[in-house]
Amino acid sequence: MNAQPTVKSGHGEFAVEIDKAAKNYGAVVAVKQVSLPIRRGEFLTLLGPSGCGKTTLLNMIAGFEAPTAGTISIDGRDVTNVPPHLRDTGMVFQNYALFPHMSVFDNVAFGLRMRKVDKRKIAHDVEAALDMVKLSGMGGRRVRQLSGGQQQRVALARAIVFEPSVLLLDEPLSALDKNLRTQMQFELKELHQKIGLTTVFVTHDQGEALSMSDRIVVMSKGEIQQISPPLELYSRPVNSFVASFIGEINQLPVARVKRSGNSASFAFKDGLVLDAGADGRALPDDDTEVSIFVRPESIAIAEPNGPVGNVIEAKVVSHIYQGTHTVTRIETPGFGRLDMRVGGGQIIDSKPAGSAINVRVSLDNAVILKAAPGAK
Amino acid sequence: MGKFLFWTLITVILIFLTLPAVVVIMSSVNPTETLAFPPKGFSLHWYARAFSYDDFRTSFYNGLIVTFFASTIASIIGVAAAYVTHRYSFRGRRLLEFLLAAPLIIPRFTTGFGFLLVGAGLGVNNGYAIVIVTHIVLVLPFVTRSVYVSLVNVDRSLERSAANLGASPVNVLLRITLPLLTPGIVGGWIIAAILSFTEFTASLYVTSYATQTLPVAMYTYVREYTDPTIAAISALLIISTTVGMFIVDKTLGLKRVLAIESH
Repeated sequence: MNAQPTVKSGHGEFAVEIDKAAKNYGAVVAVKQVSLPIRRGEFLTLLGPSGCGKTTLLNMIAGFEAPTAGTISIDGRDVTNVPPHLRDTGMVFQNYALFPHMSVFDNVAFGLRMRKVDKRKIAHDVEAALDMVKLSGMGGRRVRQLSGGQQQRVALARAIVFEPSVLLLDEPLSALDKNLRTQMQFELKELHQKIGLTTVFVTHDQGEALSMSDRIVVMSKGEIQQISPPLELYSRPVNSFVASFIGEINQLPVARVKRSGNSASFAFKDGLVLDAGADGRALPDDDTEVSIFVRPESIAIAEPNGPVGNVIEAKVVSHIYQGTHTVTRIETPGFGRLDMRVGGGQIIDSKPAGSAINVRVSLDNAVILKAAPGAK
Repeated sequence: MGKFLFWTLITVILIFLTLPAVVVIMSSVNPTETLAFPPKGFSLHWYARAFSYDDFRTSFYNGLIVTFFASTIASIIGVAAAYVTHRYSFRGRRLLEFLLAAPLIIPRFTTGFGFLLVGAGLGVNNGYAIVIVTHIVLVLPFVTRSVYVSLVNVDRSLERSAANLGASPVNVLLRITLPLLTPGIVGGWIIAAILSFTEFTASLYVTSYATQTLPVAMYTYVREYTDPTIAAISALLIISTTVGMFIVDKTLGLKRVLAIESH
């Protein structure tokens, strides 16, 4: 295998095309109706809570589940009725699924042997793949002699060695401890940049998705909620599900937009008003009801001599110390409980639970969505 | 106090279970003609007589032939049966499972007598075939069960992974499933061999003088002679089957093979 980015010779821009695919198990709808073109060479993540359909969708690409409706195409070829062993996909399973009765070398070589590759090329490619996953020279080991992290790398090497049309990863990092997980995220990203295989990654961890993906597909209850690159997904979620699912966020009560000239503000119940900030985005029309979502990093302790707008008197409820920062929960009159993010840990002593605190809520980067009917 | 009673009970049970074997082995080294316990000396000449007695020698070889073919054929059928009943659902599956387990419930002499009648009808009662077929039927439940338990413990994601990497269903079976079933198959074979080699009741019906197996020959001997030769040959059987089980335990784990615990 090559260490240069390889893009499979042109069958078009899309390595995988899912067209109106659906999957039912009797009365249970796992996937409602999904259409998704996957660009060649991109790192695409399917993200969502358990039961959202992401694994079912992955299995449909791999061929382990047949769609109840719709088609799947890989490299321009309709594979909807093609069995898994003829689809040219490489999959890394959640439990790695390494063959226990074979050595590391034989595991990695398996895909090449099934493709009747010449013996010498197999030896060369397996070594190259093991080098790529930083397991050089471990070909002779037995699977049970490896740690979890090493097994995961073997599973990866095994799936990439024959340069499949698309690499499929089913929550491959979920069994690893936090540090190893973070490290593997870096390595996977590096690997992807090096080899350039089209990759579909499934996870329920939104932090993981944000850190690794070119595009993220957020799913819920069998449907796609949003497809966006990470930055856009974080700052511009299109509905309240995505807004709440990605990162931490505070949902404010429903308010009305009040526009006057170039500025705008939001009027809440009880007469509270927040200034909309200088974002310049087009806001909904005057008098529309909106739900406002504010990230914890947009709430800060109000400076004594700082700007006066959007300052609220609140009371500290509790602190959650995270090393680099502290998440402080405050109780506000009119907006309920909000979480704010403060650097370091000094706030724990300076503002213990129960103390009064003045905070400034910046709506510059807030997410403004038209309120759903009946929302509070 | 409770612990003392517990260990006493265990010891009593163990003595009860092993006493026949101990008695047999001790009588086999008794120098005098009559079967006596406790033995009045030490001599191995009964073992020499056991080895030189023609009927014991021929029946030993007969046993090897019957056991080898019966165990091997039963293993092949057992693998197929276990695979089919575990992986597929079809009409009549329950019936098949029942038929496969039936020899465990049906008395051995019924099975033996039944095959004797069948053999008589087909005119094959003088050959090995009828004995082998009888033994296959008797040991099949054990092999099937051993393989079935192994099969249940095969991780399906391994088979999926192989398919994903390009293995056709046949390749998955040959390269992944069967190798993973090997402990169950081999263990089943060994249990089948031990059962077949020591099988008496059904064999009494379906063997002829020419095809008699060792247990049948031993029975015939004991009806005519009462010297310790019979103890010697019994001791040899006991020791060899014990060694056989020991090997199975050391290599595969007896618990796994007898399907008491999963991998």
